[in-house]
Amino acid sequence: MQDARVGCWALFKVFSHMAMQGFGGVLPFAYRHLVERTQWLTAAEFGQLLSIAQLLPGPTICNLSVMVGQRYAGAAGGFSALAGLLLGPFFIVIALGAAYQELAHHPLFVSAMRGMAAAASGLILATALKLAVGMLRGPAQESPAAADTGGLDVARTLFWRRVVQVALLVAAFIGLGVAKVGLITVVATLVPIGFLLFAFVWRKP
Amino acid sequence: MNDDVKLGGLAWHLAVLSLTAIGGGVVLVAPDVHHYVSVQNHWLTDEQFAAMYALAQAAPGPNLLFVTLIGWMIKGWLGAVVVTLAAIVPSSCLVLALGTVINRHGGGEGRWAGALRDALAPLAAGMLAGAAWTFLSVAGAGWRGIVLALAAAAAAYATKLNPLWLIALGALAGAIGLV
Repeated sequence: MQDARVGCWALFKVFSHMAMQGFGGVLPFAYRHLVERTQWLTAAEFGQLLSIAQLLPGPTICNLSVMVGQRYAGAAGGFSALAGLLLGPFFIVIALGAAYQELAHHPLFVSAMRGMAAAASGLILATALKLAVGMLRGPAQESPAAADTGGLDVARTLFWRRVVQVALLVAAFIGLGVAKVGLITVVATLVPIGFLLFAFVWRKP
Repeated sequence: MNDDVKLGGLAWHLAVLSLTAIGGGVVLVAPDVHHYVSVQNHWLTDEQFAAMYALAQAAPGPNLLFVTLIGWMIKGWLGAVVVTLAAIVPSSCLVLALGTVINRHGGGEGRWAGALRDALAPLAAGMLAGAAWTFLSVAGAGWRGIVLALAAAAAAYATKLNPLWLIALGALAGAIGLV
């Protein structure tokens, strides 16, 4: 997997290629390029790096690019991959921004942007929904096997884990979206609470 | 473009926020950035702010580039560059620092990482919904905007349609006066 032939320029090219294809999200293209085309990562490695990239702060796809780049060419590789990911799209969004400013006084354009913005927030909502459904389904799939071995305790733990998950979800939504207490307050309060509950009280059975 | 913009303050704000945005990607910074640039400093209108995210979503590349657009709108090229670097450099340096450890020992499997992941999944879902709500409430589209957003969410959830089509349909719905 450690391939000496993968240098900074190759990293830059592959990541800029996937970024420029990534209309509506780069991640699916990241899989195609890193696992299927270049075979720099196996599917399992991709999954592992992705889950770490999500745990760390910052944009997930940027974190992934830095980790992959670093693996092949150190810190310079990390920044090469990141630069490839951002450079082309950077100029494209600014071109769009310039077009926006040109047209901003056009009533038709303003209403079109309003519809676009509503659809874009719907897309964020869909991501939230996918995360929530994946989370609530997870324990249910494990429970039949777990119930055979652990019995009632396991079922009770799974129940309370779910209650806590839903409570955290609702608290995070209200904190960030409705009460607007700010991201830092939400994260600094709810992450430790959730972590302590899942690490000590209701551990994954 | 705005002459009384303190770019340093915005950059510092974004750097701290992007280091706080765990579990759900960069869109989580949106409510705070909106408060900073639109409510507190009046550099952008609500409508402009919502439009910047929609444009970044329609463009190729990471959605993080919506902060680039915000920087560009309020301080031109310099704003775009400074704001982008502020949003990615600190978190990337953290990843590089941890990456040495991760590449050597693996990571993300142990009990502590598992508990952290368990905690972050519901929080990310809730915070993303909160960010979506922020965009909806500032986009100025009213109840019909909410209906459109829910329809887009349902379509994106249930189908494998490229999100770009939903963005285009949203623009069309807006243009013909449905929203």
